[in-house]
Amino acid sequence: MATAEHFVFLSALLFAIGAAGVVIRRSVIVMFMSIELMLNAANLTFVAFAQRLGNVDGQAVVFFVMTVAAAEAAVGLAIFLALFRNRQTLNADEIGLLEG
Amino acid sequence: MTDWVIVTVKCLAVLFMVLQVSALLLWVERKGSALIQNRIGANRAAIFGIGPVNLGFLNTLIADPVKMFTKEDFVPAGADRVIHQLAPFLALFPALVTFAAIPFGDTVEIAGRTVELQAVRLDVGMLYVVAMVAMGVYGVVLAGWASNNRWALLGSVRGSAQMISYEVALGLALVSMVLTYDTLDLQQMVRSQGELTLGFLPAWGIFFQPVAAVIVFTSGMAESKRTPFDLPEAESELIAGYFTEYSGGKQAAFMLADFAEIVVVSGLMTTLFFGGWQVPYLTSAGWKLPGLDLLPVAGWLVTLLQVGAFTVKVLFFCWLQILIKWTVPRFRYDQLMNLGWKGMIPVALLNLLITAGLVLLLAEGEA
Amino acid sequence: MSETAFYLLAIPTVLAASGVLLLRNPVHCALSLVVALFLIAGSYVALDAHLIAALQIIVYTGAVMVLFLFVIMLLNLQPDPDEGAHVLAKLGAGAAALGFAVIVGAIVGEWFETAPPPAVLAADFGTTRGVARTLFRDHLTAFELTSVLLLVAVVGAVVLAKRDRV
Repeated sequence: MATAEHFVFLSALLFAIGAAGVVIRRSVIVMFMSIELMLNAANLTFVAFAQRLGNVDGQAVVFFVMTVAAAEAAVGLAIFLALFRNRQTLNADEIGLLEG
Repeated sequence: MTDWVIVTVKCLAVLFMVLQVSALLLWVERKGSALIQNRIGANRAAIFGIGPVNLGFLNTLIADPVKMFTKEDFVPAGADRVIHQLAPFLALFPALVTFAAIPFGDTVEIAGRTVELQAVRLDVGMLYVVAMVAMGVYGVVLAGWASNNRWALLGSVRGSAQMISYEVALGLALVSMVLTYDTLDLQQMVRSQGELTLGFLPAWGIFFQPVAAVIVFTSGMAESKRTPFDLPEAESELIAGYFTEYSGGKQAAFMLADFAEIVVVSGLMTTLFFGGWQVPYLTSAGWKLPGLDLLPVAGWLVTLLQVGAFTVKVLFFCWLQILIKWTVPRFRYDQLMNLGWKGMIPVALLNLLITAGLVLLLAEGEA
Repeated sequence: MSETAFYLLAIPTVLAASGVLLLRNPVHCALSLVVALFLIAGSYVALDAHLIAALQIIVYTGAVMVLFLFVIMLLNLQPDPDEGAHVLAKLGAGAAALGFAVIVGAIVGEWFETAPPPAVLAADFGTTRGVARTLFRDHLTAFELTSVLLLVAVVGAVVLAKRDRV
């Protein structure tokens, strides 16, 4: 019998994989994808607890998280486009304008 | 256990129905376009030397797919192999799967249980349809990119931009249909089209939402990239657009996806606007003509008539789309995008607003 | 849902998510993420969240990931040759992920042991009507603000991505 507990464990694993992706990968686009993965893991947690507690508010929160993530993806990718135009690279090691 | 068997049989039946109609539409397109263009079309195909005394259309119907599947299957040099192999399946999958939510009949009694003649009964059926239409973009995007060919890429970028633009208009029009029928379940929508308005007129969607019908039909044709919206695969401009570098079975998959999407758009049109499987004045007990008594009809005959009505309506819309393809010239790309963003979307939004206002006015005030 | 069904859903999800972490070609990473998001939508269906599952497919896999693919193709991003070098880093990341999941699982598992029994779900839990009722009554302000946010995002994206026309 797979309860909400199983799904929370799954989402913890996904969150960790996403976080590892942000830290390890150097391509900014893949880092952003890992962030999306983390957001989805959080969504899964919300939905799992919503089902466990019988409270639909969890799903309403997921609705908002999805919307905000979509908006963030649009703006973020536009930033990447502008960034690529200026730096001709999307490698996080080489876009270090603020360091040094 | 019986439940699993019934669901599997229904899903397989729907799948094979869509595939068969798609294959048939390939031949209908060839012959139909020939008739429209005042020529004879393909009528010479010999199978194992049996020909040119051909069995009407059977030779071509069989020879076409055989030709497609026995062509050399190659991956262009420098192209991403995995994605090149994957793209046709991604294009075909949503087109075939969308039909799972479309009801093709009322209930039947099998093995002591009531079975809905709909592959899967979803309470978010309409959203499922929109979701699968949204998934159709992947095949186009990946096909062009994986071809390592700049014209294929151009065709795929155009195609996907077109698809996501008309998806918005399609979604808005579908939402106004959801408002009209107060449900997302397609079977419930068809059922509520069985009633009569004004005493004698069957309550089909086309009478309540003509604007939405036009938008759904046009956006559906734009989604499946049929003329007049077929610039992404314009035969005279981009060779074959995003699937230029595909041959053999993969090209067959793309063409099959094209025709399957025709069937899906037709299915959607009949379900939402033309009563689905409803035959006017035919209830599950018999003919109920206005002003006359009930004429009883056997249950199995009712089901047969209803499934037959659904088939006829779907085939009519398939034929209509083929007719439009070969009659109308194609839009230029900027005209296409302008129509989508500056024409369809404002009209769909306005329709949605008016629908919402009317639904509120005419409702009896819910809690 | 049964445990085998859960593992049938969960293991491919984790594999697809690891694909995002490990694959070198950005397009492959994006497709891997699409698979992961699709399977997460499957998890939503298993958790009685039908509307959210449909929205996940429409919004995330149908729009956001297409946008990702667009950008990757527009910029013609090549697989980074240095990406595959740090095997140790990948192993460390995998171990850290597992460790984090185990710790969270332990903490949350403790809560689950003393938690009240699973609530009885309302008849329209997770359906459009149920979620919409909550959304439009209790969270109406947030809903309206989100729509403003979307408008701002659209304008912002256009402004940022436009080329400067002199």
